[in-house]
Amino acid sequence: MTTNAAVLEARDLSRTLDQPGGPKSLLRNIGFRLDQGQVLAVLGPSGAGKSTLLRMLNRLDEPTSGVVLLQGKDTRAMDPRALRRRIGMVMQQAYLFPGAAAANVRYGPAQHGIALQDSQVADLIQQVGMAGYEDRDVSTLSGGEAQRISIARALANQPEVLLLDEPTSALDDVSKQEIERLLATLVRERNMTCVWVTHDVAQARRVADLVLKLEAGGPSGFGSPQELLHA
Amino acid sequence: MLDLLFHTQMSLGLGQAAAVAVLAIIVAQFAASRGAKIGREIPLVLLRGIVQVLLVGFLIAAMLRGPWWTGIPVLVVMIFIAATIVRRRVPELPGAYTLSLLCMAAGAGGVLTVMTLLGIVEPKIIILIPVGSMVIAQNMNIQSLFLNRFLGEVRSHRGEIESALALGAAPERAVGPYLHASFHASLIPATDNLRSLGIVWIPGMMAGMVLSGTSPVYAALYQFVILSMIFIAGAVSCMTATYLVPRRIFTPQQQLRRLG
Ligand SMILES: Nc1ncnc2c1ncn2[C@@H]1O[C@H](COP(=O)(O)OP(=O)(O)O)[C@@H](O)[C@H]1O
Ligand SMILES: [Mg+2]
Repeated sequence: MTTNAAVLEARDLSRTLDQPGGPKSLLRNIGFRLDQGQVLAVLGPSGAGKSTLLRMLNRLDEPTSGVVLLQGKDTRAMDPRALRRRIGMVMQQAYLFPGAAAANVRYGPAQHGIALQDSQVADLIQQVGMAGYEDRDVSTLSGGEAQRISIARALANQPEVLLLDEPTSALDDVSKQEIERLLATLVRERNMTCVWVTHDVAQARRVADLVLKLEAGGPSGFGSPQELLHA
Repeated sequence: MLDLLFHTQMSLGLGQAAAVAVLAIIVAQFAASRGAKIGREIPLVLLRGIVQVLLVGFLIAAMLRGPWWTGIPVLVVMIFIAATIVRRRVPELPGAYTLSLLCMAAGAGGVLTVMTLLGIVEPKIIILIPVGSMVIAQNMNIQSLFLNRFLGEVRSHRGEIESALALGAAPERAVGPYLHASFHASLIPATDNLRSLGIVWIPGMMAGMVLSGTSPVYAALYQFVILSMIFIAGAVSCMTATYLVPRRIFTPQQQLRRLG
């Protein structure tokens, strides 16, 4: 293993859509490097391109130009499924699959031929503060509870990088705080490298080691929270 | 059925058609006066319908004098036309024409071929054309239902599908539940037709056979055969679609395309 390769690196990433009225630039010239355990907060108003950036990192969207490197390797050369196992994602909504909480947690590993044991499932569900909820039908969960299960579902793949797309912004104030604390703790405990999209400056200040500001599809600042986020 | 071309019957038929058309226009006008948006196009639709069906009648009459296999190109053309109609119902699906053409060739085409080879469908124009067109028309409806439902499910479950992809699921796996749901839903009408056959309805083909002097019991059995063929053709075409359609809605990099 080379010591100087970043865990996750983006070089000059851009995405442009071909549209009837002419090409539309969604995002351009994005670059950053994250070392093991670093949390990058991506801040910007709605429509700035934050989700587009995250989705290019796990290749749910295709970059028009630029490269994403995972542990120094070009992600375009990887099988998208293998890449996505290594880069977990939690979205604004939980989007759980109908059925029991445990089945959701088992889903990711099952896609790669791994059957989790009951004790492993119980462990993951306990780690997101939902101990004993294995058999609960997900349609009966509250928004915050569902988001916890979706976090356990993402962690089940043991990803090296975690992408969070405004994971607390669809929740009520109490759940918002709880889920933020849960995610911050899990990320620190596991020393996970993380890209955390938020439009909440205070949240970015609490969780981030680095901050990337986006405005209308372009970078408008990259650096430490101290430099970029004055109180 | 030959008698349809006898002159006395011909004029009788024209009179009957005119009477029904007038009635339909009256009903449409009435509906239009109540605000329904069907009034203006109805006369045109009726005219178009009668011209089309007359042309087919003349065509079959002409073909009856030739060898039976002239029915094959006619049915093949019908499948091509059916595919254009399916494409029109799902314009947002890339490659919908080729997809539905392949599916119906496997479904309606496959079933008709096998049934003809087995002798269940007799190789005679007078059997091949009406039975074939019924199977193809119903296959077209089932195929449209399937694709329509599937695209609707995909559109309303983007979040779940992309969540599955983000967990490393194969595209076919990510849309698996929606393929199953669409498969089931699109075959409900064909299944219900079989279930209610003879109890709720006596289908047109059977009515026609009885009217033309066939034994009602034979006509009933034959109707069962046709409805079963429609079901099999539909199931085969949707199963084929189940394999082919994921490729149309995902990119080679296993990303879900934006549809319409
Ligand atoms: N496939 C697409 N087609 C058209 N516009 C898109 C598409 N994806 C994203 N956009 C547009 O790109 C911009 C950035 O979107 P997004 O990345 O979701 O922003 P954010 O997450 O910061 O709110 C928005 O204007 C959005 O409407
Ligand atoms: Mg967003």
